[in-house]
Amino acid sequence: MLKMSDPVLKVEGLKTSFFTDDGEVPAVGGIDFEVKEGEILGIVGESGCGKSVTSLSIMGLLPSPPGKIVGGHIYYQGEDISHAKESKMRKLRGNEIAMIFQEPMTSLNPVFTIGEQLEEAIKLHNQRLPKKEIENRSVELLKRVGLPRAKELLKEYPHELSGGMRQRVMIAIAMSCNPKVLIADEPTTALDVTIQAQILDLMIKLNKETNTAIIMITHDLGVVAQMCQRVVVMYAGKIVEEGPVKDIFNHPKHPYTEGLIQSIPDLHGKKERLYTIKGSVPKPGSITKGCLFAPRCEFVMDKCRVNTPELSGGEHKSRCFLHQEQGRKEVRT
Amino acid sequence: MIESLLHVENLKKYYPIKGGKFGRVSETVRAVDGVSFSVREGETLGIVGESGCGKSTTGRMIMRLIEPTEGKIVFQNRNLMNLSKKEMRKARKDIQMIFQDPFASLNPRHTVEHIIEEPMIVHNIGDRKERKARVEELLELVGLSSYHAKRYPHQFSGGQRQRIGIARALAVRPKVIIADEPVSALDVSVQSQVLNLLKDLQEKFNLTYIFIAHDLSVVRHISDRVGVMYLGKLVELSESERLYDDPKHPYTKALLSSVPVPNPNVQTERMILQGDVPSPAHPPAGCSFHDRCPFAMDICSKERPHLKKLEDGRLVSCHLYD
Repeated sequence: MLKMSDPVLKVEGLKTSFFTDDGEVPAVGGIDFEVKEGEILGIVGESGCGKSVTSLSIMGLLPSPPGKIVGGHIYYQGEDISHAKESKMRKLRGNEIAMIFQEPMTSLNPVFTIGEQLEEAIKLHNQRLPKKEIENRSVELLKRVGLPRAKELLKEYPHELSGGMRQRVMIAIAMSCNPKVLIADEPTTALDVTIQAQILDLMIKLNKETNTAIIMITHDLGVVAQMCQRVVVMYAGKIVEEGPVKDIFNHPKHPYTEGLIQSIPDLHGKKERLYTIKGSVPKPGSITKGCLFAPRCEFVMDKCRVNTPELSGGEHKSRCFLHQEQGRKEVRT
Repeated sequence: MIESLLHVENLKKYYPIKGGKFGRVSETVRAVDGVSFSVREGETLGIVGESGCGKSTTGRMIMRLIEPTEGKIVFQNRNLMNLSKKEMRKARKDIQMIFQDPFASLNPRHTVEHIIEEPMIVHNIGDRKERKARVEELLELVGLSSYHAKRYPHQFSGGQRQRIGIARALAVRPKVIIADEPVSALDVSVQSQVLNLLKDLQEKFNLTYIFIAHDLSVVRHISDRVGVMYLGKLVELSESERLYDDPKHPYTKALLSSVPVPNPNVQTERMILQGDVPSPAHPPAGCSFHDRCPFAMDICSKERPHLKKLEDGRLVSCHLYD
């Protein structure tokens, strides 16, 4: 039996690379994190930081070739699944770990009805269920994600639904087999704010009802602040900071996290100028020595360009010499 | 009263849906349905709203990139709607546009130099040498270097491409810039760089911006006044500070409360709207927001509210304030 405090999913030193004509491109460069049962973990970072590749690696959905897990382990309930066989992964996917994607327009098949797609998911994982029972379950699932007219909806095609409704259907499919972990890759990025609020609310509700752990992958710090208990901040394929949401927002330790929080325009109270992180995200593999953030960092020291800092600290970890040396609580006051 | 530089009156865009026998017009989609506002010189007017509310159509209609069905666009006391195609082309020298997608709005086969020079060629500005010098000046101005001139768009990152788009818009020294979601495709750290750049340029050249975006906090940051659109109509228009601190229209309230605040210490009381935005082909009768409005009254389903001026000068279109 799994204890409450045990992680359902644990990632250890995961390294994923893409092998292209120009050689190996490291997308994820050795990351560790874990998710406990019923927890909502946020993974934030900007485009190209490796957050989506991390989720695809966990699901065994990396396009291979060119993608490949070149190091590390992924433990699901204590079992290493990083190099599991396809047949094994098939059983895990959906049943144990489910995923929802950003584009609700493209992740549903346009030529099948909502009912067919929902029933397919249920049938795949419960081979012997009678037809009537499958239909009842589908209706029940659609109701649970807050969709009206569930019975009629089963006969409709994806194009007849709005973006928000499609994302609800995706969540219904993902939740159809009561997974232990739900990986949500930018689930609300394509949606309008009022619809985003509905979907986030639904996810929090499902998390409370079913105790499914959620890994929320997003670039929106607002979503993280409102939804997650813990957060992992990624930069250029590595974790730069990790900890409880409140600690990270109130006392960010890494200059990158601090910069990200500072760059968001405020909804209330006007700032004249926004804080900016100079430059842009480095190309994967272009920095081989020192801290990956050093070229953009305001507090860069000589050793940052030579040595690579380790992720360290207790519950609230960061990968920065500045913090490690001076034991400073905040980067900026 | 301060003279307005640009004034839009009762702007409408209807799209016919043809169907049935002989392609008869069966329905009309009212993408923009009677929008009026004016913009003063040197200010930024923000326009926010969700997808399909008509904010981009409004922006494009001001430049007549989309031909309005009805309405008046008065720029420097001249009604742009009366201009011929040729005259309109000339008038666009004063009104330029920045687009959302920095990947799609730059020709991949042209060098950056060619891209930025082109508007000057179209408007017959300077000779070759002067234009070249101007391109270099513009590149420096938007935070790039003159050696970037010979490169192609694919060699730049998203943020840099948006800077090229801004340089192109500035090339002909416009008075008004219509920016349609200029930062939505960018990451936060890059977004703040571009927003700061837009503000600096405004100060330097006394530019007037019409800033169209769906991100409420971005709009708040850059705008002096903000208009909120819903289903092709303006539902509220006021100074940005007042609008954000004390929204009047129920839709504005819901919109603002839906934004996830990037601060875990603040748990906002969310006003979650039911359902989706109705199709603009069949907007609800009366107030188009009444079917989702938590404060709807009997009158709301019968009578369409009009944009009214409240005592403090802001404009709201809602029966609650009759």
